[in-house]
Amino acid sequence: MTGKPLKQIHLAAHFPGVNNTTVWSDPEAGSHIEFSSFAHFARTAERARFDFLFLAEGLRLREQGGRIYDLDVVGRPDTFTVLAALAAVTEHLGLAGTINSTFNEPYEVARQFASLDHLSGGRSAWNVVTSWDAFTGENFRRGGFLPQEERYSRAKEFLATANELFDSWHGDEIVADRATGVFLRDAKAGSFVHQGHHFDIHGQFDVPRSPQGRPVIFQAGDSEEGREFAASSADAVFSRHATLEGGRAFHADVKKRLARYGRRHDQLLILPAATFALADTDAEAEELAGEVRRRQVSGATALRHLEFVWNRDLSSYDPEGPLPDIDPDVGDDHISKGRAQVRMYRDPIATAREWRELAAANNWSIRDLVIHTGNRQNFVGSPETIARTIDEYVQADAADGFILVPHLTPTGLDGFADKVVPLLQERGVFRTEYEGPTLRHHLNLSCPDDRRAAS
Amino acid sequence: MSSNPASRLHLAVALDGTGWHPASWREQVARPRDLLTAGYWADLVAEAERGLLDFVTLEDGLALQSSRPGEPDGRTDQVRGRLDAVLTASRVAPLTRHIGLVPTVIATHTEPFHVSKAIATLDYVSTGRAGLRVQVSPRPHEAAHFGRRTFPPLGPAELRTPAGQERLADLFDEAADHVEVVRRLWDSWEDDAEIRDVATGRFVDRDKLHHIDFEGRYFSVKGPSITPRPPQGQPPVTALAHRTVPYRLVARQADVGYVTPHDAGQARAIVAEIRAEQEAAGRAGEPLHVFGDLVVLLDDDQAAAEDRRGRLDALAGEPYESDARIFAGTPARLADLLQELAEEGLTGFRLRPAVAGHDLPAVTRGLVPELQRRGLFRTAYEAGTLRGLLGLARLAGRYAATA
Repeated sequence: MTGKPLKQIHLAAHFPGVNNTTVWSDPEAGSHIEFSSFAHFARTAERARFDFLFLAEGLRLREQGGRIYDLDVVGRPDTFTVLAALAAVTEHLGLAGTINSTFNEPYEVARQFASLDHLSGGRSAWNVVTSWDAFTGENFRRGGFLPQEERYSRAKEFLATANELFDSWHGDEIVADRATGVFLRDAKAGSFVHQGHHFDIHGQFDVPRSPQGRPVIFQAGDSEEGREFAASSADAVFSRHATLEGGRAFHADVKKRLARYGRRHDQLLILPAATFALADTDAEAEELAGEVRRRQVSGATALRHLEFVWNRDLSSYDPEGPLPDIDPDVGDDHISKGRAQVRMYRDPIATAREWRELAAANNWSIRDLVIHTGNRQNFVGSPETIARTIDEYVQADAADGFILVPHLTPTGLDGFADKVVPLLQERGVFRTEYEGPTLRHHLNLSCPDDRRAAS
Repeated sequence: MSSNPASRLHLAVALDGTGWHPASWREQVARPRDLLTAGYWADLVAEAERGLLDFVTLEDGLALQSSRPGEPDGRTDQVRGRLDAVLTASRVAPLTRHIGLVPTVIATHTEPFHVSKAIATLDYVSTGRAGLRVQVSPRPHEAAHFGRRTFPPLGPAELRTPAGQERLADLFDEAADHVEVVRRLWDSWEDDAEIRDVATGRFVDRDKLHHIDFEGRYFSVKGPSITPRPPQGQPPVTALAHRTVPYRLVARQADVGYVTPHDAGQARAIVAEIRAEQEAAGRAGEPLHVFGDLVVLLDDDQAAAEDRRGRLDALAGEPYESDARIFAGTPARLADLLQELAEEGLTGFRLRPAVAGHDLPAVTRGLVPELQRRGLFRTAYEAGTLRGLLGLARLAGRYAATA
């Protein structure tokens, strides 16, 4: 065999979230808030030698039509607090948290991540997200509304400022010499000054350098600015392009931007979110996939999802009947609040027209349409099929690995851990043991210090 | 001797670095190079739990530690650098089973929304053992770490002026609003809001989720929380107080106040003042613990404790002074003192070990058995939650419909 060496796959576990992907109505579904669920999920991921566990975040309960959205899982824990506790029940697993740069301050977030990195022995990661809506800002004393064009500028400066804080300690300041009475080598340890458009702060950072130096940085945005942000500043991208062709295009696009920032191809990992339906045979998996989709999209859920596009109350429609013949309301005020995906529909009138045609051509009801246009599972099949497909995608540069999103809490990862992971290990593309203590080891990323030394 | 639970004392330990004496890190028993590891804190809390203590508090701040109250001191001969207290408490929670975990949170610079869900999550992680110690920060250099407000110095000179007094009152009023928001958010989900009704497809009953619509002088917060009501409903809120303005915060918002009387007379006066403020705040008759704070150096004989204090002071280059009374002596003498102070109305004590590695085990293995012999301290954990240990009932949320 010639050609390039096999790429090693990176795998992560996304704790099932507050979207309709999560099937809470399953008799097997457990708590979304008790720590035992998080511990089970994390231990399963660690047993399977996954790179990390991933937590999403949303800082205001979603509303639709002026009322709290009640059809999906509602409620989740504080990201930092639950990750710190998970560090106690795992030894190697990376702990990745989504933390908003709009509703926080760099000093506080930097000390939380530096603390988490110490408390986990170097396993922390930060998915840096930005927000824009005044709706969520209402939960915060500082407000937090940002014009669209300021979002990435704040996020970039937030991250740069946090990095200045992480780097304000070098790791050799604490001497703690009992005999001489010198605890700190340098009275100025942790000194920083940052004067910028969004932040003007100075002083001394109070958390000495952590095992990884800085948390691993994730970026999740898909826009032009988001991709540039990732290329300039992130260690990994949490992408939503999990198809072969879409993934390859995204992978190529983002990786080619790296050179502009003097970064190598292997300094940024592309890790799409991926759902799966796993069963003993491909046929059974197909059946399971369909069944799960129908559970994910009840009639009521289908109507609410159609409202994302129509932007009006459709509760009088029959989900088993045809699509509405009225057009979407294209006013500025959206019926759905606290949900990023409604912004994907940039031309609702056109989307509605397309969907009506699609439904008519296939004889689909509203619910059928939402089931079919929504996100089908990315990987459907037997353990062999799924292992092979994931490997093929990674070797074809559609991704460097996947962040798996099971539909069941907390047991949704068990089957994948027991049946798919051993096959990936047999193929020689996934670790059988952790090779180092930190998340940067798992992801094969250098520490920030090394990067500086190399340049 | 009475073993009636009502006459028993509550006991907490305040953890801070290698201990409260600035030279504590130089003792052989100290582990100054482990302060940034989870294992260090897990060991301390396990020791406190072995002694059946009600809870531990974890000190915190948003700047390097300083021997000067209002500014950095530039010193290199004391412990500097620390970890976030809430995260440390949470890291330790799964490793313990009974003891309460009460991290410090600085109300002045933090978001009550974040604090509320963090403590609620600590309560989930510990299955009902979370609390919160709220603190204000008037320090200009901490404000400069956030860059959102500029604080002029607020030292003893400023506090003698009306303007200084007004700023102090503002800081504590803001903290009271902060706690009010934290508490409302804990109640913003009714206990049975999660219904998982498969028939109607509803995960929650949204009539049991409540906007808190807090609008105060300093900020407004909409709610509800993103985190369901924590296991205890309301994790205990605690605060340290030295004068009338902070006593008022304790009286208005706390479940436990820490105070620093240096003798029985002061204890009596402080308790009377807090009880009067409690009544003025409309909380008369509600349970509110008043704990005495004491720095402790404990040894098997009096001379050894005093010698150790002298040695530590010599290492530090100056006698250690504290807001709290510093006790150096035997566990039996300390038990005498606690009994004497308790007679003035203190319901418990928060002990600050001068040297964590020495004085914490001296509390758990010396003082606790002594108090147990006197019928003044529990001999086994009698409740599964921190509220339970403190004798506080679990209450329905404020928004729950009273049918």
